[in-house]
Amino acid sequence: MTDVTNDVVAIIAKKVRVENHPKIELTDRLEALGLESLDAVEMIFDLEEKFDIDIPYNANTNNPRTEFDTVGDVVGAIEKLVAAKKS
Amino acid sequence: MTGVNRVVVTGLGAITPLGNDAGVYWDKLKQGASGLGPITATGHEELTQKIAAEVKNYDPLHYFQERDLATLDRFSQFALVAAREAIAQSGLVFDRSLSLRTATIVGTGVGGQNTLDDAFRRIYLEKKTRLFPLSIPRMMANAPASQISMHHGLRGPAFVVVSACASATHAIGLAFHMVRSGAVDCAVTGGTEACVSLGTVRGWEAMRVMAPDVCRPFSIDRKGLILGEGAAMFVLEPLERARARGAEIFGEIVGFGMTADAADLTAPDIDGMSRAMQGALDDAGLKPADIQYVNAHGTGTAANDETETEALHNVFGEHARKLAISSTKSMVGHALGAAGALELVATIMAARDGIAPPTIGYLGPDPACDLDYVPNKAREMRIDAAISNSFAFGGLNAVLAVKRFS
Repeated sequence: MTDVTNDVVAIIAKKVRVENHPKIELTDRLEALGLESLDAVEMIFDLEEKFDIDIPYNANTNNPRTEFDTVGDVVGAIEKLVAAKKS
Repeated sequence: MTGVNRVVVTGLGAITPLGNDAGVYWDKLKQGASGLGPITATGHEELTQKIAAEVKNYDPLHYFQERDLATLDRFSQFALVAAREAIAQSGLVFDRSLSLRTATIVGTGVGGQNTLDDAFRRIYLEKKTRLFPLSIPRMMANAPASQISMHHGLRGPAFVVVSACASATHAIGLAFHMVRSGAVDCAVTGGTEACVSLGTVRGWEAMRVMAPDVCRPFSIDRKGLILGEGAAMFVLEPLERARARGAEIFGEIVGFGMTADAADLTAPDIDGMSRAMQGALDDAGLKPADIQYVNAHGTGTAANDETETEALHNVFGEHARKLAISSTKSMVGHALGAAGALELVATIMAARDGIAPPTIGYLGPDPACDLDYVPNKAREMRIDAAISNSFAFGGLNAVLAVKRFS
């Protein structure tokens, strides 16, 4: 796993009930992990803080469960934003 | 129906993003004017959110002496401005005996945010070691009730009610019940908020629920709420007293319902909303078919407007389609703890004048919001009875029912 992957998985892991999901895989769907709307807003904050990036997100018009289906989707989006910041 | 007194409104006052007295405010609501604009509060340059509905052309020295302002956060100033207008309009003179029997019950959501922001700026940014000596009594959430009681010599029960976006409606509802039961002979009640400060707006930015530009309640393509500020106050008294002294009567408050969702901290709940509306109707002895107008909570968020629509279907059944429903938040933003008071002014005046104010910024129907939201243009119609909805974060719901006075 890359550093970004490890960090993203760690952040998502804080939002799920560990007894149901002891190990998080890139193929896991956020919906199946039980992430609710407040969890998504908190997750985005944690990701922004961790990677010093801005993630455009409005809870009224964005749906993390459809736009980011899996944990891997989140990792991919963060990698892009981190790369964009470096360039 | 319980209680002994019919409760009427004999004074109302308001300071709002659309105008700094109740008359101008109501005129602008009828015109479908927008009170939204670029944020001007201290530190606004740093904000991502650029738009709010602030009170405009407001010079505190027009209303207060400089020495008084040392004790008055902006939210207390607004409360006093609105209370002064309402009391003057009522024509009441609070002599010793009436003052002892008059309640002062005010709703506010977040308290003296400008004072708190200024204090934190001094401590953390400017590294000052001293705060202004009256910081605490300025920012305390109960300040507006204390200030109104002091300025007008009101010596009965006085306190502030805090329930986020339902604060004012809870406050007015309690005052209504106290006057109805005869616990007091008069009440000055309403809500106030001055929440467009750097710290508070930052907090709302983090929740990701604000629209970047326009608040479009119940509309397709709505993008969230816009923060507002202001205050509205009412003088409530028993019908008999009002009649005996020949007072002008603006409307009658007839019912109050309140519930808790006991579910999610922020997600709206059909059951909690429905029970609050039903509770207000039951308290008033009204049937769903008696209502013509609903001033909706209508924040403009995806979740609220959809859920509130479902709750309206739930309570009103077939009659829901005959209701004129509008969100005046489209014009004045969401003034949190003051919202219910600003909206009760709209509801009472709508019934009195027979005009439903519009929901502006409406682009077209959202399939999940399939009722009549009085889009973009006010409507002349007979309104005998109406309700005003307030649904707060924390799952706390409050609804008032009013009747045109006749």
